[in-house]
Amino acid sequence: MSAVEGPDREVEERPFGFWRRSYAMLVKEFIQLRRDRVSFAMIVMIPVMQLLLFGYAINTTPRHLPTAVLLQEDSDLGRSILKALENTSYFQFTHEVHTVAEFDSLLLSGKVLFGVEIPRGFERAVRRGDRPALLVAADATDPVAAGSALGALGTLMQTALQHDLFVGDPPSLPFEIRAHARYNPAASSRLNIVPGLVGTILTMTMLIFTALSVTREIERGTMENLLSMPITPVEVMLGKIVPYVLVGFIQATLIIGIGVLLFGVPVQGSLLLLALLSTLFITTNLSIGYTFSTIVQNQLQAMQLSMMFFLPSILLSGFMFPFAGMPVWAQYIGEGLPLTHYIRIVRAIMLKGAVLENLRYDAIALVALMLLAMTIAVSRFRRTLD
Amino acid sequence: MTAATVAAPDIAIEVTGLSKSFNGREVVHDLSMQVKRGTIYGFLGPNGSGKTTTIRMLCGLLTPDSGTGTCLGFDIRRDADKIKRRVGYMTQRFSLYQDLSVRENLEFVARLYGVRDPRKAARDMIARLGLNGRDEQLAGELSGGWKQRLALGACTLPNPQLLLLDEPTAGVDPKARRDFWNEIHALAAQGLTVLVSTHYMDEAERCHEIAYIAYGHLLAHGTVEQVIAASSLATWTVTGADLNELAADLADKPGVDMVAPFGTSLHVSGRDHAALEATVSSYRDRPGQHWQHGAPSLEDVFIDLMTRARDNFQ
Ligand SMILES: Nc1ncnc2c1ncn2[C@@H]1O[C@H](COP(=O)(O)OP(=O)(O)OP(=O)(O)O)[C@@H](O)[C@H]1O
Ligand SMILES: [Mg+2]
Repeated sequence: MSAVEGPDREVEERPFGFWRRSYAMLVKEFIQLRRDRVSFAMIVMIPVMQLLLFGYAINTTPRHLPTAVLLQEDSDLGRSILKALENTSYFQFTHEVHTVAEFDSLLLSGKVLFGVEIPRGFERAVRRGDRPALLVAADATDPVAAGSALGALGTLMQTALQHDLFVGDPPSLPFEIRAHARYNPAASSRLNIVPGLVGTILTMTMLIFTALSVTREIERGTMENLLSMPITPVEVMLGKIVPYVLVGFIQATLIIGIGVLLFGVPVQGSLLLLALLSTLFITTNLSIGYTFSTIVQNQLQAMQLSMMFFLPSILLSGFMFPFAGMPVWAQYIGEGLPLTHYIRIVRAIMLKGAVLENLRYDAIALVALMLLAMTIAVSRFRRTLD
Repeated sequence: MTAATVAAPDIAIEVTGLSKSFNGREVVHDLSMQVKRGTIYGFLGPNGSGKTTTIRMLCGLLTPDSGTGTCLGFDIRRDADKIKRRVGYMTQRFSLYQDLSVRENLEFVARLYGVRDPRKAARDMIARLGLNGRDEQLAGELSGGWKQRLALGACTLPNPQLLLLDEPTAGVDPKARRDFWNEIHALAAQGLTVLVSTHYMDEAERCHEIAYIAYGHLLAHGTVEQVIAASSLATWTVTGADLNELAADLADKPGVDMVAPFGTSLHVSGRDHAALEATVSSYRDRPGQHWQHGAPSLEDVFIDLMTRARDNFQ
């Protein structure tokens, strides 16, 4: 009000109005985010907690798993093998059985997770150099538990038996370990989990951040003021999404960093490509969350809608179950979820060293989903209080 | 209906036949009004009469169900964007960001309107509002009076031509209220048009023109004198003892439309001057009470308008 030149003066139209207003909105959102200590803590806590939970509590290398032994012969070699197995501390012999039927029923009932069978004439066959088979059967319904123990078996045995048996150079086991993962032959490994977790955690946090953004303005009564000012729906949307792209980026860095440092997950492909496509995925999720917030009436509904979206994302994206194994209709739904594409992208870049060429389809799908969400959001955004 | 789109340049607001319903209930009915540029226009009416709804229609926040109008020469239906750029709207409920500081709120507004050097604009406004030293205080932590000042500052910062103030002084102490009104008069003197809704009679009397709305109907408008004259109300003021009994006694006498206690006196009003005169004459000579014929106050007029509106529209 310092310089009111009179009622007839015209409003000056300065250039870059669009960017200026989006920027105003962005600055405001940043400040609000910074003040909201709980949200701010969530940004760091959610990924760290989830990752540690999955990484250690759930995906930790299991120890002292109950194991049954089916001894078909009583030999020195058999005993030292069992001793070696127990020394690995993966296995703990809880049952000794003498028939195959007992052996099977223990595994079936879940009383033991592993069964080791030393066949008749094993020692003699070894001495003859026949490389007989040592059968290790695993209950792989829990692929994580079974997988890591089975995976480590060969090396562990070799180290453990070094002094007992030494054959050849480089030393190799004089018998063959025939590992048999029962019930779930395609046991997935921890390497798969970390890349999947990046996508899952980002989906959850990004969705919720923006799903609350418009409803919060309405519930706090600030929407009336905002709408009375010359700002357009696209500008509001940009201002509300961009700050969280940065937040998402920090989260992604955190998760991948922990994955690499703590869990030894490799990044075979280009980090830059991973960063670029992660940013795309983050923006897509933010757009979807923002779309939710233009549809719902209050923050509770916003949370519920986010959950409704989050659950199928976890179940149908290939994070929990192999995508190829799902029924066709579920695969169609899966293709409509950003997480599906992102999980493919991260796994491919981190574990297989894929380049953009290989990922073109999934990247385009993410762009398409993002644009779709943004279009819906802008057209749903109500410019009046009617 | 006039061609509202070609409003005269000295008219800030011109609307004809505005109506608005919520869920089938009409809250603004066929409302027409005209506000001249550079005037302070008071908007009065009981709770729920449709003041806020009308103001929202003026600045494009609500779409009228029917009716046309212009605000600063722009069509209220089609040119909401242009109107928003030139109008400062202060909402009834504080609607700046409570978790932003005074300075941040002002800078946000300045940036949105494309004010040159938003930081300086915010700083100047803080100084002007007398909020120095509180720039970093969160808006939500300000007292009621300071919140109102900040809100006024925020809506005047982009140099609007028209201010729409919705009960800007509700819950503000008398001194702050007076300062606020001095500010509004200073702004009007610079050429701004101000439409302000209020429940306070003293504020109504500080307006150049007023309008009274009840149950969505515009019942009276003009200067305070015109509104009082148009009411054709005759009022007697009674002072003395036993006023409560007298009030009960008078309520249903012929010619008496309204009996209202005002502090230590009683206002007895009626539109039928002769009938009122006749009734009053039989009471006038009672000992211990003093009767005086006077002009009705604005409040008498409004209460009368409201009572009649209730009879007509409810
Ligand atoms: N968005 C809405 N949806 C439904 N009803 C509404 C809405 N806005 C206002 N109303 C109703 O319209 C009527 C007029 O409301 P309005 O806020 O315009 O009154 P007012 O004159 O500003 O009252 P007050 O003096 O209390 O502020 C009220 O009965 C209110 O309940
Ligand atoms: Mg109101």
